Amino acid sequence: MQVPAQVEYERAGSVEHALTLLARYGPAARVLAGGHSLIPMMKLRLVQPEVLIDINGITDLCYINLTGAQLRIGALTRHAQLLESSVAGEHFAILHDAERVIADPIVRNWGTVGGSLCQADPSEDLSAAFAAMKGTMIIHGPDGSREVSAREFHAGPYETVVGPSELLTEIRLPIRPGGGSGYRKVSRRAGDWPVGAAGAAVWLDGDVITDAGIGLTAVGATHFAAAEAEDFLRGRTATPQTLARAGEIAAENCRPVSDQRGPADYKRHLACELTTRVLGVAVARARGLMA
Amino acid sequence: MKVTLTVNGTEYARDVEPRLLLIHLLRDELGLTGSHWGCDTSNCGACVVWLDDTPVKSCTVLAVMADGHRVLTVEGLANGASLDPVQQGFAHCHGLQCGFCTPGMMLTARWLLNNNPHPSSYQVREAISGQVCRCTGYENIVKAVLWAAEYEAGG
Repeated sequence: MQVPAQVEYERAGSVEHALTLLARYGPAARVLAGGHSLIPMMKLRLVQPEVLIDINGITDLCYINLTGAQLRIGALTRHAQLLESSVAGEHFAILHDAERVIADPIVRNWGTVGGSLCQADPSEDLSAAFAAMKGTMIIHGPDGSREVSAREFHAGPYETVVGPSELLTEIRLPIRPGGGSGYRKVSRRAGDWPVGAAGAAVWLDGDVITDAGIGLTAVGATHFAAAEAEDFLRGRTATPQTLARAGEIAAENCRPVSDQRGPADYKRHLACELTTRVLGVAVARARGLMA
Repeated sequence: MKVTLTVNGTEYARDVEPRLLLIHLLRDELGLTGSHWGCDTSNCGACVVWLDDTPVKSCTVLAVMADGHRVLTVEGLANGASLDPVQQGFAHCHGLQCGFCTPGMMLTARWLLNNNPHPSSYQVREAISGQVCRCTGYENIVKAVLWAAEYEAGG
């Protein structure tokens, strides 16, 4: 029987209230959102907070909206809400591609976007999607809010730049015309973590790639991104050969480790193959050739 | 900590430890043993119940998180003596063997049909993809859900 260790419990009714509680309890506290990573880790004593600060009552943080040329996603948005959001899917096919393969429908009902990001699992899918889209995270703290780019959000495995007295509140994705995006993942079975996964976004001027974003997860990519492959793509014509070369560059620059999900060389192969394939998807979508 | 929640239409108030999981509140405190406690890792789905309007894995939800909310378990699925069409489907199509996964499967099926009254076989499989039948009786579970959909459509 797995049960969490004894823990105190506080319920935050607003962002300000959550910040007050975080300031009071300091690093002994953990924020409880969906809990679908935190509670299993507490059962295994991989984490043993003294206090849980439940933010599920802060319904102000559940939203997906367009503000100017940005898609804004509240940190407490459930995975299922993001998957159902037509506005998110219209502008960012990558988000729907990714959400379809994150855990299973029941877990997606309760797990949150912000919780997934803050858990910072090195195999997490949305981290790669937001890295590909070059999103921005909004973090609230005692002295107000600050913005951190998606590629500076993670400090390491299971570690983010969100401080013990801070709360992630929103993710912003810039909407730029002429683009297409996608996400592809290989996992051992339905609902599992990826063996490897890649997300990509490209912007085209005719057949020329004006900009590209590539996110990788579970393969040891720095900041969940393939910056060298992005640099290679900019200014080149979107041919199959170019996309395949970008896949090779992405694979050369990641550092996968062998584990129960697969050997390192297979994961490197996946980084190459999935990057190539998902770039093809992103290009097809940018050209309006694919839904 | 004092919690009050409505389970299958009945309000319950209990004083619980914050670390108590919802599945254990339901089974051990309220005596509602229809929800099964399986893998404890949110993989198997035997513990699926509805929290308000959506199914959740109750081994991964704290009882205190359900404070002030509605819970639906398999005990609340039938309408009095009249079985829910999903339950009838499982009976008609032999949708269970050992029965351990059945409560969770049926609660997810009810949710699917409420949101999508005419699911394809693929959509049924996708809906239950987070739930494990240890007898591997998936074919008949899918048939049972499709039977219920047809029954509700007047077929």
